[in-house]
Amino acid sequence: MSEKNDTLYQVSSSPHVRANDSTTKIMLYVIIALLPATFFGVYNFGIRALFVVLVTILSCVLSEICFNKIVKKESTISDLSCVVTGLLLGLNLPATLPLWEAVIGGVFAIVIVKMLFGGLGQNFMNPALGARCFLLISFAADMTNFNIDGYTGATPLAVIKNEGIENVNSLKMLIGQTAGTIGETSTIAIVLGAAFLILVGVIDLTIPASYILSFVAFIAIFGKYQFDINYIIAEVCGGGLMLGAFFMATDYVTSPITPRGRLYFGICCGILTGLFRCFGANAEGVSFAIILSNLLVPLIEDVTIPRAFGVSKEAKKNE
Amino acid sequence: MGKNTERLYNGIIKENPVFVLMLGMCPTLAVTSSAINGIGMGLSTTVVLILSNLIISSFRKVIPNGVRMPAYIVIVASLVTVVEFIMKAYLPSLSAALGVYIPLIVVNCIILGRAESYASKNPVIPSVFDGIGMGFGFTVGLFLIGLVRETIGAGTMLGFPVLKQIKGFTPMTIFIMAPGAFLVLAFLVAGMNIVRKKMEEKGTPLAPPSGCLSGACLGCSNAGLCGGVEEHSKSQDKEKQNSK
Repeated sequence: MSEKNDTLYQVSSSPHVRANDSTTKIMLYVIIALLPATFFGVYNFGIRALFVVLVTILSCVLSEICFNKIVKKESTISDLSCVVTGLLLGLNLPATLPLWEAVIGGVFAIVIVKMLFGGLGQNFMNPALGARCFLLISFAADMTNFNIDGYTGATPLAVIKNEGIENVNSLKMLIGQTAGTIGETSTIAIVLGAAFLILVGVIDLTIPASYILSFVAFIAIFGKYQFDINYIIAEVCGGGLMLGAFFMATDYVTSPITPRGRLYFGICCGILTGLFRCFGANAEGVSFAIILSNLLVPLIEDVTIPRAFGVSKEAKKNE
Repeated sequence: MGKNTERLYNGIIKENPVFVLMLGMCPTLAVTSSAINGIGMGLSTTVVLILSNLIISSFRKVIPNGVRMPAYIVIVASLVTVVEFIMKAYLPSLSAALGVYIPLIVVNCIILGRAESYASKNPVIPSVFDGIGMGFGFTVGLFLIGLVRETIGAGTMLGFPVLKQIKGFTPMTIFIMAPGAFLVLAFLVAGMNIVRKKMEEKGTPLAPPSGCLSGACLGCSNAGLCGGVEEHSKSQDKEKQNSK
């Protein structure tokens, strides 16, 4: 038998049908989708915002290269996931943050949250959010020092929490001319990017929709103004909810793979965000809600395994 | 190496309670927010450990096997009470910082572990040295964790401003809080494991622990390392044959 015939009989393990999507391509799409929010952030907060974003991207890429060198593993930077992590982290930081703190955030995201657990695909929580929370606890004052047009301003959510809904301008929040982290302020820019991701099929609407709807339901019941349409719009558009729901809760590695699991995951994020915003000490709660839900993902997947074709309901119950 | 120096080496490096045996994790994580707290906790445990090893070892033939645990607890608890009162009288600030963890030394697993696995089976002098070694091992572990946490988390070393003097430095508060304790401990244990691996490659392994052969593998934290009595004695037989 010739060589050619030999390979004909070899059957590799599944999957047998492969799409052309590669990790690099998907990550590239995510980067493109984040560009509107990035540009708006730079426009809104000035050139300092660009420095912060570039520094976090650079520190993420460099720390991944260094880690792979030290543990003698093949370089994994070509999948661009570290660039996405750096970009997301940068968008989650205030533009006034000292640059060395941004570097620490990048190193923490890549080395501790991602690489120490085995690299892309093994991390148990979103690296960018893990690093953001790390920085938020470490440098509480610097991380909440929001500054716009040279004035130190409170974020819309802090204004609602401490003063009242009357002092918030919903139109400004939609466009994004408010205080906040670099990438979270402009709802329009984020939705633009998210629409692109949905069109090319990188993310589906299950998680963002269930996240935002369950959050709205929660604050309509327990919130400060309950069913006030201005209040609900302000809560949804203000803070990191939009950025978190579309770009960070949908992270492939740290969200459930089962369809029903995604729904539960979104609801879990929404309720936790509402809980933190309404009853917590801070005005903001998206990052903590998402990383806590990330930790629940293995459990959610365990209870939502779909019934395999041909298995009766009773048989699955008895498993 | 004499038996007593061997005990010291065993406690501080080979079977370091914090980095190798992973015993006493509760105070290790809870009170090491500064180096001085680590030393205080470590030294007070050391004092209790040396005295409890001394007393338990000298009474080892008197204490009936069936009630040995209550007997150990009574001995340890009285020693801890003495230490607690002394600290309250002469070091009130340290006593306030360590809080409930001083009374909790009574149930510290290092102390009961050494009583059970060493002092109750060995003569007085080696038992005392075992207590000194283990106590200093614990102190060194707590001191290192406390030092790293304090340096990064507060910018000071033993109370002296070090990193704080750098302009623009903000202490990373998370290292003073609970997550910082876990992070620092994990990195130090990982470092210790690298050292152990290097030693094994060189042919001078730190494990398996010697002087065991007690057959009490069930409760022994090193059973996984030495592979039980049978494996251990087999390898010793082989060594003997080789030397012949």
